[in-house]
Amino acid sequence: MAKLKKLEDYRDEIDQCVKCGGCRAHCPAFGAEKHEGRVARGKIALADSLLKGDVELEEKFLLDMSQCLLCGSCYSQCPNKVHTEDIVAATRREIANRKGLSTFGKGVGTVLKHQGVMNLLAKGGGAFSKLLFKKIPEQSGLRLRFPAPFISSDRTLPPLTSKPFRERHPEVIPGDPDKPTVLFFTGCGINYMYPDSGEALLKALKFIGVTVIIPKAQVCCGLPAVSAGAANTVESLAEENLAVFQQNKYDYIVTACASCHSGLTQIYPGMGEEFNEFRDKVKDIFVFLIEQGFADKLAQLPKRQDQVKVTYHDPCHLRNHGITAEPRAILKALPQVDFVEMEDAGTCCGLGGTYSVYHYDTSKKIGAKKAGFIKESGAELVATDCPGCIMQLQDSINHADEKQRVVHILDLVAEVLPE
Amino acid sequence: MFDQSIITKLQQISGKDQVLTDKADLICYSYDATQKQYLPDVVVHPGSAEEISQIMKLASENKIPVFPRGAGTGFTGGSVPTAGGIVLGLTRLDKILDIDEENLVATIEPGVVTAEFQKTVEKVGLFYPPDPASLKVSTMGGNVAECAGGPRCVKYGVTKDYIIGLEIVTPTGDVIKTGGPTMKGVVGYDLTKLICGSEGTLAIITEIVVKLLPKPEAKKTMLVLFDSIDGAAQAVSAIIRGKIIPTTLEFLDARTLDCIRQATDLDVPAAARAVLLIEVDGDREFLDKQVAKVSSIVQPLGVVETRVADTPEQSEALWQMRRSISASLRQVNPDKFNEDICVPRSKVPDMIRKIESISDHYQIPIVNYGHAGDGNIHVNIMVDEKTPGDHEKAEKAVFEVFQGALELGGTMSGEHGVGIMKAPFLDMELKANTIDYMKTIKRALDPNNILNPGKIFPSDV
Repeated sequence: MAKLKKLEDYRDEIDQCVKCGGCRAHCPAFGAEKHEGRVARGKIALADSLLKGDVELEEKFLLDMSQCLLCGSCYSQCPNKVHTEDIVAATRREIANRKGLSTFGKGVGTVLKHQGVMNLLAKGGGAFSKLLFKKIPEQSGLRLRFPAPFISSDRTLPPLTSKPFRERHPEVIPGDPDKPTVLFFTGCGINYMYPDSGEALLKALKFIGVTVIIPKAQVCCGLPAVSAGAANTVESLAEENLAVFQQNKYDYIVTACASCHSGLTQIYPGMGEEFNEFRDKVKDIFVFLIEQGFADKLAQLPKRQDQVKVTYHDPCHLRNHGITAEPRAILKALPQVDFVEMEDAGTCCGLGGTYSVYHYDTSKKIGAKKAGFIKESGAELVATDCPGCIMQLQDSINHADEKQRVVHILDLVAEVLPE
Repeated sequence: MFDQSIITKLQQISGKDQVLTDKADLICYSYDATQKQYLPDVVVHPGSAEEISQIMKLASENKIPVFPRGAGTGFTGGSVPTAGGIVLGLTRLDKILDIDEENLVATIEPGVVTAEFQKTVEKVGLFYPPDPASLKVSTMGGNVAECAGGPRCVKYGVTKDYIIGLEIVTPTGDVIKTGGPTMKGVVGYDLTKLICGSEGTLAIITEIVVKLLPKPEAKKTMLVLFDSIDGAAQAVSAIIRGKIIPTTLEFLDARTLDCIRQATDLDVPAAARAVLLIEVDGDREFLDKQVAKVSSIVQPLGVVETRVADTPEQSEALWQMRRSISASLRQVNPDKFNEDICVPRSKVPDMIRKIESISDHYQIPIVNYGHAGDGNIHVNIMVDEKTPGDHEKAEKAVFEVFQGALELGGTMSGEHGVGIMKAPFLDMELKANTIDYMKTIKRALDPNNILNPGKIFPSDV
């Protein structure tokens, strides 16, 4: 049985925080609103107080706990390597346990559980058309990211596809028998919003002769539900995906979404030993492509005269796990790309699972900073490796009245490969 | 908890949003890096010196203690509200008001983050040298109040050497100016220097006038591994006797190196029993010469290996050994008593030997590193608070470490200040009449004893 850790399981980790305050330099939420409750050190003090019974689940407590992007910037710079993002997620589950899901982040639980709200959702508040939103399963993270009654009409969203990616393809696309077989874990972003990036991935894998399995039974990785504190949802999604992983035969599981990668490699292994054997099989698509010698193949293509300036945004969920070189290596090898580095490429875009739904103003502040760095880089395109980041970055750029376009690196890869 | 009418008045002064009374908010302003927790009654984030003045008048009338706070990164409890009352968070005052490139002077507010200030002045080729380890988050107001140091101080001096003027709010609510933007000024007492390092007990700093330097063109980093702490310590004196003042002269003792060997895969040869991390700065063409001179000076002193960085990446790799200490220490024991004694630099080996014998006597690991150039040793007594007796042993060891430093003509704190952590030991270092002299000043300026009470002095002032 998949089981997420409880807040009390983090007792020792909470004690590892020595209150040095170093996280104040790295927390995007603190950077936007300089309140100690926004930063890792404050949240750990609050979680500690909750465990000791020194604080109630009062409004300010809930607010502080909701004000975290779970981006892990604090962890990556923490001298004692305290996983505040896990502690905050566990605290949110504790809140949901004690007060019910809907207490945390206005309505996340309601959205999931009640048909009435589902219908409201489908009416869409202008965000999505009813017809298309119906195609998204109830438990998909997209529903958590866009609980329509709450989503700001100010936000620019990509259109939903009328034919989700996984419905377009057979479950097995055979390749060269000497080459590895991969299971493509598509994630909701690619399945419903950015199917072209999925097509691009297939094109790249076909190019190197890899056999691809796209199981129809796969479901949302559960990361948005982690962000929302919805433990049961995370656990049942993980079990469904586990069954998919167990039923198929393959060498690797590839992802083209940083959040999914993190869900599969960081969240699942903590839920039970049965997940461990799959953790090592999960590879970000660019890590896999580099291992397969793909960059060298790209480098052999003649360089284009009319190169486009492209910069890269590090999704938090890859940066935290040290995946920073591979996406850049692919970008730099592309014949049409003139790669430029932007300042602070590794800071969070501001989406943070359900964060941007409930704190859109702060999220916009964080995004505006990012949009500034993008502009300063002089790039025309921003490439990244996460549908969530693509959506948020494009929204931030639109709000800044700039013209840069945000793409998945795979979209650029597909441009130069033969049909 | 005091009267609701006080809260209402505070809200009238600073605005409702800037006055926090919810438990969750109070918890977030109850600690600093000492990990000691004391809940305040209210947290206020004022937006101007005028507001602070009104708050201090209100607090004086009602005898409410006030605890000024920057980023809360201190190691001695300078900002923790030990007696409840008001936490005065100064982070909203975060503007760099002026950078005067003709006179090399900047005027800033106390909530400016040290590293942000440095970055800003460096953009116009200027330089603010003090570099406490917490500089990425610490505020300049906190740095002034604690007179922060850092590795670069061996060459450039500490915070007070750069502060030439202040605007302050007195404990009774007057707004006054001390010093000013001139390089010289001897009219009246030097109140600026009095406030620097006064740990928030005499005034609330609302504006800081800072002296700047031209930014050195380049720097060069080298790492020298020695076969003994004596060799390393002699090297420090020999380098300075050789008329070279490095920007940085950091040392790591044998026990620190043992920790690093255990916890990391950094290359630390077994023969190395001490390390000096040396940085020189200045005009590019002189640096190679200086490095060569340092190398030849230290060579006869038991050098195991010398590594010189040619690129910023290589320099960062050399610093990695110094930066890895904090995380490595935790593998020895989970809890640390972190002291920062300072002795005359020639006495560093004697001090290390004293500490080693204290460590052996109590059978607890003590790991030392720090700023060899100014004799400032970070003494880390590593214990496990869950082990019965460890805490008491550590306290005894701390006492003996202070005693040892004082016997060698040193001080029990080079950088962190007294706060609440060292207050009980104050009379070990200062004579009764010196403490009286200080208390007289405190009493005269803060007749109600409301500004950061309980800090520095172990008993009532």
